[in-house]
Amino acid sequence: MSELLALVGLNAHYGDFQALYGLDMSVSEGEVVAIIGANGAGKTTLMRSISGLLQNASEAVNYRGQPIGALRADQVAGFGIALVPEGRQLFPSLSVEENLMIGGKLGRSGPWSLKKVYDLFPILLERRNQASTSLSGGQQQMVAIGRALMANPELILFDEVSLGLAPVIIRQIYDALPGIVGDGMTAMIVEQDIKKALSVSSRVYCLQEGRVSLEGATNDITHDQITAAYFGLAS
Amino acid sequence: MIEWTGAIVQGILLGGLYALFAAGLSLIFGVMRLVNIAHGDLIILAAYMGLTTTVLLDVHPFLALLIVVPVMAGLGYVLQRGILNRTLGDDILPPLLVTFGLSVIIQNVLLETYTADPRKLAGGAIETASVDLGGITLGVLPLLTFGIAVAVIAVLQFIFYRTSLGRGFRAVSDNQDIAQLMGLNKAHVFGVAMALALAVVAIAGILLGMRTSFDPAIGGGRLIFGFEAVIIGGLGNLWGTLVGGVILGVAQTIGAKIDPGFQILAGHIAFLIVLAIRPNGLFPRVEH
Repeated sequence: MSELLALVGLNAHYGDFQALYGLDMSVSEGEVVAIIGANGAGKTTLMRSISGLLQNASEAVNYRGQPIGALRADQVAGFGIALVPEGRQLFPSLSVEENLMIGGKLGRSGPWSLKKVYDLFPILLERRNQASTSLSGGQQQMVAIGRALMANPELILFDEVSLGLAPVIIRQIYDALPGIVGDGMTAMIVEQDIKKALSVSSRVYCLQEGRVSLEGATNDITHDQITAAYFGLAS
Repeated sequence: MIEWTGAIVQGILLGGLYALFAAGLSLIFGVMRLVNIAHGDLIILAAYMGLTTTVLLDVHPFLALLIVVPVMAGLGYVLQRGILNRTLGDDILPPLLVTFGLSVIIQNVLLETYTADPRKLAGGAIETASVDLGGITLGVLPLLTFGIAVAVIAVLQFIFYRTSLGRGFRAVSDNQDIAQLMGLNKAHVFGVAMALALAVVAIAGILLGMRTSFDPAIGGGRLIFGFEAVIIGGLGNLWGTLVGGVILGVAQTIGAKIDPGFQILAGHIAFLIVLAIRPNGLFPRVEH
């Protein structure tokens, strides 16, 4: 498998505050990588840094060998990287279908279309002309995922997709994941729920206070190792 | 009685021109929360551009639109990307100050180039042509102006709610960061919005120049009329802006009927009354 994304000594700052410290990370084509860690560990900052919402040193983020760390989000999107942002963040003045259509704005070719998104989440077809704000949280999350898929990305980033949703909805969304990454799409999944994260991923990174505290194949990592990496206990 | 009806109808038609002043303001504010203090001066700049074009090429002002509209649109794009985008941020003061400065610069450049003498665009026979509708005589030019205003607002409305460009405008207006994630470069989207706004400004400037005489100092007044039409109609509602323009126009013509010196004041009073009763305007767009 060839390397798709490489982070090399990524430092990320919000003003004077440093959120990520020299992060090294590698994601290969077709992998599903889970990013876990406590609140404030830097998971969302990592997503913002990869997607270009937070601009960093150019060589700190490399995509297919090209430095993209200093590019704007709209330029990064052109490379085929899509983010499902934390908290859904749909466009309130756009209808459900318009939200999906704007996701396909770049016009990249690929398997995803309005029809395929509606096949994946049939409820959205019924609601397609409604205001996106009139939907339930779970349905909004489906729109947010569909919106990212409409870009036909090579790499899709999920930031806390289960946050604030009912367990039954979370299961529904996670059940849909294999259908999304099945045809070779690479994914990075940020998740608070460790069990959920491990169940869908092949490899996992644990962040702690802006640094990688654990890395490995999901099957090789023990519960104790995760606990230690998560809370910073000496193992 | 027929005199009063006439005044009201004249006011409605005048409102079309005010709606054209307002449409660009409303569009820019809607997309990027920018209050453009130089808007009125840009209208006058467009009128002078129309003057130069008609004189140099010896064409009718309506034909001059073919040149002034694209030139103003191009100017809008360059102005937005070169200057105004740099002023946009969390603080609303920098764009106000910069567009205020722009207003002063435009006035002085016009004064330097064209002097302070009032000028007018020569519209020819259409200026004096009129139609008689059951005792009320209406000028063809005001009627045409109103028709153009309705058409411009319909087109803007269509762009905003039915096209990919309009989806981009609304998405950037909702959430700039997330819109960037969709591949929309907000600097470019804002540039296009300003280009569209100044294309409307160009139309407004030419129609203004055919209707009345203008000089470099009258931009501020046009800005106020535009603002009042936007606020009366309700922010973010283009058809509301047309209604706002009409209310303002009718108030002015009725005021002028009572006493010619009362015209402008009557418009401002109508504006204040609406503001006192409905602070959000008559038809604010319901959001969220």
